[in-house]
Amino acid sequence: MAVIVFAESDNGVYKKSSFEAVTYGKDLATKLSTECIAVSIGNKGPENLGTYGADKELNVSGDVFTTFNPQVYAKALSEVAQANGGDTIVISQTYTGKSIAPLVAVKNEAALVTGVVDMANTDSGFTVKKTSFSSKAMAHVSINNDKKVLTIIPNSYKINSDGSDVSAEAASVSVTSDAINTTIVSTNKETGKIPLTEAELVISAGRGLKGPENWHMVEDLANALGAATACSKPVSDMGWRPHSEHVGQTGITIKPNLYIAAGISGAIQHLAGVGSSKVICVINTDPEAPFFKAADYGIVGDAFEVLPKLLKRVNELKG
Amino acid sequence: MKILVCVSVVPDTTTKITFTDGDTQFNKAGVQFIINPYDELSLTRALEMTEANGGSVTVITVGEADIEPVIRKALAMGAGDAIRVDASPKDGMYVAAQIAEQAKAGEYNLVLTGRESIDYNGGQVQGLVAEMLGWPLINVAMELDAEGDIIKATRDIDGGREMLTANTPCVVSAQKDLCEPRIPNMRGIMMARSKPLNVLPAVDKYDYTSVSKYELPPAKSGVKMIDAQNAEQLIDILHNQEKLF
Repeated sequence: MAVIVFAESDNGVYKKSSFEAVTYGKDLATKLSTECIAVSIGNKGPENLGTYGADKELNVSGDVFTTFNPQVYAKALSEVAQANGGDTIVISQTYTGKSIAPLVAVKNEAALVTGVVDMANTDSGFTVKKTSFSSKAMAHVSINNDKKVLTIIPNSYKINSDGSDVSAEAASVSVTSDAINTTIVSTNKETGKIPLTEAELVISAGRGLKGPENWHMVEDLANALGAATACSKPVSDMGWRPHSEHVGQTGITIKPNLYIAAGISGAIQHLAGVGSSKVICVINTDPEAPFFKAADYGIVGDAFEVLPKLLKRVNELKG
Repeated sequence: MKILVCVSVVPDTTTKITFTDGDTQFNKAGVQFIINPYDELSLTRALEMTEANGGSVTVITVGEADIEPVIRKALAMGAGDAIRVDASPKDGMYVAAQIAEQAKAGEYNLVLTGRESIDYNGGQVQGLVAEMLGWPLINVAMELDAEGDIIKATRDIDGGREMLTANTPCVVSAQKDLCEPRIPNMRGIMMARSKPLNVLPAVDKYDYTSVSKYELPPAKSGVKMIDAQNAEQLIDILHNQEKLF
């Protein structure tokens, strides 16, 4: 018995959510009186995963793992889990994590719970809390199967970096390129941009900004804070901003530490995607905007006047 | 091409979510149910593809008889026939097992799903079905076409996009931008009444999870308003009190 954590890396850089997953895996392993084994695949990051709680670190390497392929990665992770008695597998819910988790679950005949936001309750049985109804509610899901795959929403669990280094060992698997059943024709990656799902700070705007030409106010504030930018559904529907920035029920669900919304009224569908943000700040000219009811801080005012003031103050603080 | 489109029936996006029976059941009273918006996209794209290149579109859902009116809407949009697997959809794994069973039995070339359902948001079914069948998966596709036995798609990846191909049979999930969802016209609605809706028994597989309780997210303790004239105070609070940056 062991808890296996997939430590996702991209080109030699671990995702921050991987450290979160390792700490989660360690805390879960402690509850289950077992060990936490972190598994990296391909070109791993420089950090020692023992720092975040891993009792053991295994790396799977080889040419076939240089670029991410769900089949290949899922097969490798499953083999490592099976070889090490890993009955609970923890994966961070990034695009990558989401694409391998179902494959890993079927390969291991494991129960699959996605959208997990809190530590499992193991007092009687095994229950985890997950988002449901597009974050309008939470569900406590009981798992009645020994083998489990859990995917954790990034930014849900506090990273603990008090652990000590462990030695990294190579794990051998029998995966070859025969497992690949899709062909990548081309990729187009924006570099240097913070992926919205992993951002801790998010600045978002809606129709109140009146047009795409005014988005520099949002981007300038985001850049000054090191935040990602997001938008409301109407804004992406009108083509002012790409769909990848649309947060809400039919867009992306995010859970940042800070969500600043300018010129967004806060329809129930929008709240569904951002309502679990830790601190919500709303800027709107309409004092009756429903978003104020879901906010921690509110400013009744024109985004065109408020955003530059915020930017000025951030720049002063950051010197 | 024989296409099987998976349809989930979900509460309308404006629904206020409440629970009954000691927070163990979703309160369906007064709730309007709709086709999951992402499934509407995959269904529309399936219809466009078969209209251009020939083939058939079947919709499949796992649920009890009360969802049939919503499935009739999928038929009104243009699907040729429908399958309802008669079972309460317990979780993604259970639903996927039902779909995989029918996909195999019906010898479909392409299984389409939405990116996720907007009620349980698992985003699991497509990957589970693909793996259960041993078929390739193209997840979160925003463009989709077929050329003979080759499926071509563009999909979202972390921080970008990827163009890829796969051989049929395969599974593809739909993301926004794939197409404009089709709205049924009067002729479609009339025709849907006589289209076959086959009710099939469920297979007993992968019954691993159950929801023991629901809860609503904690309400905010109340908003603190800041005067627009002194908007910069917000930054001071976020920096000094909330320590967010």
